[in-house]
Amino acid sequence: MKFAFYPGCVARGAAPELYKSTMMVVDKLGIELEEIEKAACTGAGVLQEKNQKLGDVLNIRTLALAEQMGLPIMTICSTCQGVISQANHRVVNDQEYLDEINEELAKEDLHYSGKTEVKHLLWILLEDIGVEPLQKMFNIDLSGFNFAPFYGCYIIRPSDALGMTKNPERKHSLDIVIEATGAQSTDYAGKTKCCGFPILLINQKNSLKMVATHTGDAKDNGADAMVTPCPLCHLNLDGYQAKARKQNKRGKADLPILHLPQLIGMAMGLDPKELGVNKHLVSTANFIKSIKSKVA
Amino acid sequence: MEALIKVKRYNPEESEDTYFQDYSIDVAEDSTILDSLIKIREEQDGTLSLRCSCRASICGSCSMRVNGSAKLVCKTRVKEIAPDGESITIEPMGNFKVIKDLVTEMDSFWSKMKSVDPYVKTSFEPEAEHIASNESMTHLLGVMNCIMCGACVSECTAMEVDPTFTGPAALAKAYRFVADPRDEEANSRLGKLNENTGVWDCTRCLACVEVCPKDVAPMERIVKMRDLAIEEGYTNTSGYRHTESFNDSIKKHGRLDETRLALESTGLLNISGLIDLAKIGIKSLIRGKLPPILPHRPKDMKKVTSIAERLDNQGKEEE
Repeated sequence: MKFAFYPGCVARGAAPELYKSTMMVVDKLGIELEEIEKAACTGAGVLQEKNQKLGDVLNIRTLALAEQMGLPIMTICSTCQGVISQANHRVVNDQEYLDEINEELAKEDLHYSGKTEVKHLLWILLEDIGVEPLQKMFNIDLSGFNFAPFYGCYIIRPSDALGMTKNPERKHSLDIVIEATGAQSTDYAGKTKCCGFPILLINQKNSLKMVATHTGDAKDNGADAMVTPCPLCHLNLDGYQAKARKQNKRGKADLPILHLPQLIGMAMGLDPKELGVNKHLVSTANFIKSIKSKVA
Repeated sequence: MEALIKVKRYNPEESEDTYFQDYSIDVAEDSTILDSLIKIREEQDGTLSLRCSCRASICGSCSMRVNGSAKLVCKTRVKEIAPDGESITIEPMGNFKVIKDLVTEMDSFWSKMKSVDPYVKTSFEPEAEHIASNESMTHLLGVMNCIMCGACVSECTAMEVDPTFTGPAALAKAYRFVADPRDEEANSRLGKLNENTGVWDCTRCLACVEVCPKDVAPMERIVKMRDLAIEEGYTNTSGYRHTESFNDSIKKHGRLDETRLALESTGLLNISGLIDLAKIGIKSLIRGKLPPILPHRPKDMKKVTSIAERLDNQGKEEE
């Protein structure tokens, strides 16, 4: 199973532990990756506010580069997944627009036919590997643990661009993966809501109220940690949890936030420290201890 | 066909507590959820309160949460939500005060609508009907489809944490007049919308786009007004600095320069904001992670930066 790999800016920047843990688990999953080294940033929806066509050209260029490699794309960021899917959805439904973009790409001898599949690792786990084979790769039974799923907006909405009709299980994909590890998936109101990151630097008060509500609610409903397939959500939920909880009187920052491949890696029996679980700003020391007690 | 419907009940005259009540009702195969609720009220429980009128998705009265997300129940069939006879959970809309059961107080909704002055403003009083050409109005067709049902407000993640946010419905309505060729107050409208509780407080979570039963796409209108406000010279916002910095970063490096984005969006004169960022930076450093000084660059970076340069200029020429 081979994919063209699109890691996204954050895995290559502020969240290096996401990149490393991904590399550790894909090996065990039997996924071979070839990084799309020439790919640009997706624009994260911010670039699109100013110049949608530029955003679309850059994302269709990424899809064309994968087409040239003859491979489907794997992403590890909900935002990247969503923004590339939205661009793809726009062009496959509008031949004239696709032709216009291909004219731009022709300057680089690239062409996009509209056929590249783009999938988050989360979906690959369910659709290309499958729950049962995945469970066979898990060496540690995480039953007794309770993990709160936090999806990230762009891997949930808009559902038509994300192929939710054809693949309805995508709506619950993170819950399914958490339960596949033997753990329980925490039921709480915020799992598909906004983490607040897009307005962190614009309206911090509102942004942090979101962080406090989601992490506080998940904790109150029994979560030992939160798991997210989106490194942007991770930046806010982890990096700003202490300030957010204090400001909103929701107690101390006590909910570790994990990247999806870190959860998968731990279930496979990989060392939490090697997976970078100790790199987060909210302390994970007690959590790592309780995971290690499962190994012993 | 049997429909299993779980309704969130609330009657403040009896108790401040809410509770769920299960109903089972025999309905036709093609029944809507509204048909089922009305049948429950008529045949099983006359105390169940709900609001509806046209039953044809025109009036916008019957918006409520179906399995956690707002829908017009007159437009939603039981079979579509519960193909295998699953139980359907019905709750009143979110972000609204509940009067009783499924009936919500709409005052806050209307006062936000009024706050955007939802009418065409001109410097003269038209003597006859003030007609615009068809071509100059086509871009407003989508936004004019709004039936003011409140579904977008119900699911707005920004309003949930800040009820003062103008919100998706009123902002979509604001766009309808900002972009009306006959309106002469676009500049001052945008100036007001550029302030706190206006266009920059939207999180771009897409919840409003997802639930709107009429494809109004409020978020897309909000984003468009950010751009229009910038074009009109309203640039003293961190939202503007954020967008600019993001664009510059892609133009220069092809990828995101996270450190610079954080510094520039905060504002280089915003001392407390910068101290705040430094604290996070130091904590990250202690844990052994911090964004690189220069962002990770794509191979053949010049190819990306030249596309960005070309399309940026093209965009400017079109303006």
